[in-house]
Amino acid sequence: MQISLFLPELILCLMVLFFFFVSLGKPKTKFLENSAILLSSLAVIVSVITFKNEGMLFFDAYRIDAFSQVFKIIMTVGLLLVVYLGNNLKGIELELQAEYYFFLSLSVLGLICMSSSVELLTILISLEVSSFALYVIIPFRKKQTSRSQMEAGIKYILFGAASTGITLYGMSYVFGLTHTTYITELYKVIPALLKTNTLIFIGMIMMLCGFFYKLALFPMHFWAPDVYEGAANETTSFIATLPKIGAVALLIRLVSLSGIDINQLTWIMAAIAVISMTVGNLSALVQNDIKRLLAYSSIAHAGYVMLGIFSGNDIGYIASIYYILGYLLMNLACFFVVYHVSNEGENVTFSSFAGLYKRSPFLSLTLAIGAFGLAGIPPTIGFTGKILLFTAAIKKGFYGIVVLAVINAGISAFYYLKMVRAAYFGVDDASSPIKLHFSAKILGTIVIATIILFGVLPERIIEVAKLAISKIIL
Amino acid sequence: MEQYLIFNKFSYPILSVVTFLPLAGAFFVLFIKNDRVLKYFGLLITLITTLLSLPLYTNFDLNTPKYQFVEIHKWFPFLNVDYIVGVDGISVLLVLLTTFIMPLCILCSWTYIKERFKEFIFVILLMETSMIGVFISLNTVLFFIFWEAMLVPMYLLIAVWGGPRKDYASIKFFLYTLLGSVFLLVSIVALYVTTGTFFIPELMNHKYSFSYQMWIFMAFTLAFAIKIPMFPLHTWLPAAHVEAPTAGSVILASILLKMGGYGFLRFCLPMAPQATMFCMPALIFVSLLSIIIGGYLALGQNDIKKLIAYSSVGHMGFVTLGIFLLNSQGIKGAILQMINHGITTGALFICVGIIYERTHSREIKNNSALGMIMPWYVTFLAIFSLSSFAFPGTNSFVGELLVLVSAFMKYKVVGFLSIIGAILSAAYMLRLLQKMIWADSTGHAHHDEHHEGDAHAHHLFDLNAREIVTLAVLTFFVFWIGLYPTPVLKIMDSSVSHLLEQIANGIKEVAPQSLHAANINF
Repeated sequence: MQISLFLPELILCLMVLFFFFVSLGKPKTKFLENSAILLSSLAVIVSVITFKNEGMLFFDAYRIDAFSQVFKIIMTVGLLLVVYLGNNLKGIELELQAEYYFFLSLSVLGLICMSSSVELLTILISLEVSSFALYVIIPFRKKQTSRSQMEAGIKYILFGAASTGITLYGMSYVFGLTHTTYITELYKVIPALLKTNTLIFIGMIMMLCGFFYKLALFPMHFWAPDVYEGAANETTSFIATLPKIGAVALLIRLVSLSGIDINQLTWIMAAIAVISMTVGNLSALVQNDIKRLLAYSSIAHAGYVMLGIFSGNDIGYIASIYYILGYLLMNLACFFVVYHVSNEGENVTFSSFAGLYKRSPFLSLTLAIGAFGLAGIPPTIGFTGKILLFTAAIKKGFYGIVVLAVINAGISAFYYLKMVRAAYFGVDDASSPIKLHFSAKILGTIVIATIILFGVLPERIIEVAKLAISKIIL
Repeated sequence: MEQYLIFNKFSYPILSVVTFLPLAGAFFVLFIKNDRVLKYFGLLITLITTLLSLPLYTNFDLNTPKYQFVEIHKWFPFLNVDYIVGVDGISVLLVLLTTFIMPLCILCSWTYIKERFKEFIFVILLMETSMIGVFISLNTVLFFIFWEAMLVPMYLLIAVWGGPRKDYASIKFFLYTLLGSVFLLVSIVALYVTTGTFFIPELMNHKYSFSYQMWIFMAFTLAFAIKIPMFPLHTWLPAAHVEAPTAGSVILASILLKMGGYGFLRFCLPMAPQATMFCMPALIFVSLLSIIIGGYLALGQNDIKKLIAYSSVGHMGFVTLGIFLLNSQGIKGAILQMINHGITTGALFICVGIIYERTHSREIKNNSALGMIMPWYVTFLAIFSLSSFAFPGTNSFVGELLVLVSAFMKYKVVGFLSIIGAILSAAYMLRLLQKMIWADSTGHAHHDEHHEGDAHAHHLFDLNAREIVTLAVLTFFVFWIGLYPTPVLKIMDSSVSHLLEQIANGIKEVAPQSLHAANINF
């Protein structure tokens, strides 16, 4: 076994262990956040360096290829941004801060393992590692800022456990019918089986449920608003982004099993996608808590990403990878603002945005670009992503679904605009200006710049995604 | 691809420079602190843009319908999207209109805008880039990017510097336009999937089956009918106009509405000729409704801005009428009418802004009897009002005449009905003029002590040099096009006849059924 193949995972293991030992003492917040930033940057660098690696590990259950490496890069970058964004950890209990980083890195470890797993049990284990860490993190929120973190934690566990159960049950069907748990083997038999056997279809759908849960797709979306609302702002920024990237990676791998023909599975996923968009967008319209709103918006965006996945063509998978990257950046832009507007880690509502333009022009600009990006207004990454997704779906002939998606995008513009309006045109608040640290300004600038730059010049990203997709099937 | 294009012969990429100079200017605006410097800087940038756009007129080849000054760069090979820009006889006029109107927008905001001046100049320059971009794009994706990107600055323009109901007006504007354009996006992608290209001339050249044409025609028409706006979809316009600051109203009236008409000419007619023929009666009917209802509503308004906004609905009705009469006079008249409306209505909005700065009211009754106090002002107001109802010798007369001639040539009934609209516009404009220049109907004169607008007498001073220059420029164009429209008509001549040829060919040839959208699911 070549150690270099496993290097990004090892760096994250190191990070996990580091924070485990640190948690035994009484570390200072400053020390914790600096080492977290340092270690996650190291993870980013290592995953970029190992991008070209290819190989199989652990009895062919673990596959290193361009596909997995792309997701490792996206996820380590996501981790770095989340850690960087949430410096100060103002929403986390003081004595739990080391543990917070410990579980955060453990969850990412699970997620990046997930992107490499090509065997059902390995997939399940990585899924569980990433979920268990999150179950623990959610109630870490400071008690004085919110009272619903326990409720959020319990909800996340119960929904998570149930959906893992369903996934496992589905896997047992798939295994029973195909006598294998290796994806490469499954790929050879499933397309034919799907035409003749209904059980495999049921098995596949149940197996996908665990990832629908991570992605917060209808009907596994009920946890999202409460968990977003209950968890600390920095935790939410993590839950809202990284697990979804992992879920997209796995969904692409698993859905590509069913072949490129349109079958019942496609229609089920299409229905799920459209209902998710509609439910997410309509519910988001009436929210007052920004994190709850972002939760519903993320449900809708999960629906958009599904457009690319169920289309099942190359351009669809490429579009999903591109879109989920864009979603990460745009969502983090919004959470960046939420995090800084909230004084002591409490939740943020529309009224807290009032007069934001006067308090911090930079934050309101970041919010505007993030929100317009999520609404799909050019020239942002959100627009280019949507055009790719729509092209993929129309290529497959899903005109009706694209029209529904487009109407949804129109509806969503309303609440994104509501956020921007609140920031720019709310009654002028007498409260003091928000002082941003220099490093926070850098982060904001980077996020804004990439949202626009990748939107205008998407070719690089698409080439990388194309390379990743070409390696997905053996 | 080359058969549609004449490449740029200048040593520099003239269209890109004209388009992106304002954007570059907007970037520098961020670093200027002083309001005074900002004003001059914004004015300078827009004036340079105007100057740079002049070669588009002087070097324009009148004898070809091809796209000129073309630049191509590979941009996004994965989807076969190129950065490709160029102008033909239709779009070059609109580009020139844009570059000429923008400096006036800054001039008319000189003292009108009192806060956040930096952001104002920034937004105006962003607007200029995206508006020129819409007219020069020869690629549907590029077109759509500029089309949508324009929404945000325009939204901000209304929402930040607007009147008391700016919140309502700005969001109504945004949502209406966005909902219209989402279907535009679907049809752009659908066209790409069918033909494999986003390149507009090639899309025009492609033959589509009738039902396919109907779908894309309806999607395009929805977007453009909202923008222009046509009768049942016009309700965002009065709200947006009334609440927008002067510069916003001018941009909205002079340029944004033209995008609807431009879209019809660029997309609907050449790409879906059979569908256009099929829908022609309905669209002519709706245009007539716009003309008559717009005029009728304008007749009843007490708010000057609202009156002009409804008059815009009527005028744009003439534009769509001209377009869908589908003959040379009609389309030429429509294009000319777009330019004329840009000049005249822009000027009228500037006039309203000027009087609003002095009396802080847009009500007709608070602004009556100005003839004695502001002779310069009422002179200009009279010129533009006359132009607005197409008085002979002014620019609109030529455009409206062409449309009417074309209507009478084709359907006499349509001609007679649109005459009603012309009469209505004379009625509401003369009513406005009569009340604003002379005493109002109750007999109140400007010196009446009990007049509600007591501010009247001591705050009213006549136009200053800046305002005179602003309006004089527009007056020049009113009379130039009014008395000698040949240069303008010549520019669009070959493009219009090419367009008509395309339609004629499209109607003749029966599209192969195989293209009937290969596999439609759902």
